[in-house]
Amino acid sequence: MGLELYLDLLSQPCRAVYIFAKKNGIPFELRTVELLKGQHLSDAFVQVNPLKKVPALKDGDFTLTESVAILLYLTRKFKVPDHWYPQELQARARVDEYMAWQHTTLRKNCLRTLWYKVMFPVFLGEPVSPETLAATLAELDATLQIFEDNSFRTRALPGGPHISLADLVAITELMHPVGAGCQIFESRPKLAAWSQRVEAAVGSLLFREAHEVILKASDFPPADASVKQKLMPRVLAMIQ
Amino acid sequence: MGLELYLDLLSQPCRAVYIFAKKNGIAFELRTVELLKGQHVSKGFLPANSPQMVPVLKDGDFVLHQSVAILIYLSCKYQTADHWYPPDLQARARIHEYLGWHADFIRGTFGVCLWTKVIAPLVGVQVPEEKVKRNRAAVDWALQLLEDQFLGDKAFLTGQRVTLADLMALEELMQVVALRNDVFEGRPRLAAWRGRVEAVLGADLCQETHGPILNILEQAANKQLPQIPPEAHPLMLLRLSRIP
Repeated sequence: MGLELYLDLLSQPCRAVYIFAKKNGIPFELRTVELLKGQHLSDAFVQVNPLKKVPALKDGDFTLTESVAILLYLTRKFKVPDHWYPQELQARARVDEYMAWQHTTLRKNCLRTLWYKVMFPVFLGEPVSPETLAATLAELDATLQIFEDNSFRTRALPGGPHISLADLVAITELMHPVGAGCQIFESRPKLAAWSQRVEAAVGSLLFREAHEVILKASDFPPADASVKQKLMPRVLAMIQ
Repeated sequence: MGLELYLDLLSQPCRAVYIFAKKNGIAFELRTVELLKGQHVSKGFLPANSPQMVPVLKDGDFVLHQSVAILIYLSCKYQTADHWYPPDLQARARIHEYLGWHADFIRGTFGVCLWTKVIAPLVGVQVPEEKVKRNRAAVDWALQLLEDQFLGDKAFLTGQRVTLADLMALEELMQVVALRNDVFEGRPRLAAWRGRVEAVLGADLCQETHGPILNILEQAANKQLPQIPPEAHPLMLLRLSRIP
């Protein structure tokens, strides 16, 4: 059995893995795990990942979870072009630095923005207080400012000469608030220019294909009661 | 200028970096940045234009943040023993898998107790009991996953040898232990794992690294902790307000 990737393109790390594999011509079987139907909670998927999370990778007998781990595994196994995760010590450390920073900051902000702005009111039919929404958007704004200012020294990121894993995990994350209807690029020309460079490096067709689902987030039909009941505890845990 | 590490041993990721550098005989200048004195928000303690966080590595002109990035940088640059960050494809992937999970389930959760028990009183606030309980439940849940899903029957978290993953995990758990929640009690597998990690590191190095955090409550009780300067209050209040 060859490489299998368990993904839902609704999830931002899944999009990063998908784009990376496609862009680098890595052959894989796509196993779609529909989060909004609770398929990640099914007995079948728990066999793959007991932690009930996507993305997950299966390569023969070897099962791997966590997007950064999967991206690095694919990078090393398939010997992709060096710019994704450079051999040079300092350039690579920049990519590691950015990915670690994002995991505990931007990631949560983007996730909360999507859920509080769209998924709770539209998909789950749960009202969100204006204060919660405003606080979430303010936090997102502050984090985007850090991101754009480059004060975090993410020199591998906006301004780096070639696309790296850092750019890919960043853009797929930022498309979450975009899918929620936030105009995050409009007042941020540096960020906008960077996002266009990343999209061009990935290729517009692939980029759009990977983001088709998230860009339709506000059109998702409301969840039925049983699905909602199944999803709710994990959604609440995830959002905190 | 050689290698400099900007650290405060009260911080879990700083301790992981410190213990790794020391254990591997990596020569560095220790630049202590005392978080409780607000030195991370004052000028002159961190490298210029640095975000207000530790650990920071400075290697000549190269400045690097984030403990995971620093640990990987050190293990590659100083070619530390393979087992810390193995070149084998699958073994290394297991470390990144753990660190990814750790960032979600451990990192933001296990540090909360220091904030609620020590820092909050110093800046004159009290964290609601409801949040303290919620944090305690999140810690318990993460410990169970750590024990069942990661450690299992193995000697260390990702295999039979100690790795960067074990260091990151141990330091987080020690934070909770120091704040009087003995997470190893009633969890014999985790306790045995701790014993194995500490045996690799050596008792002296563990004592030296864990001393400050293990003494923190006693220092607080004896009013021996520094006054947090007013300019550091806003950042600390913000961090406290973010406790879920």
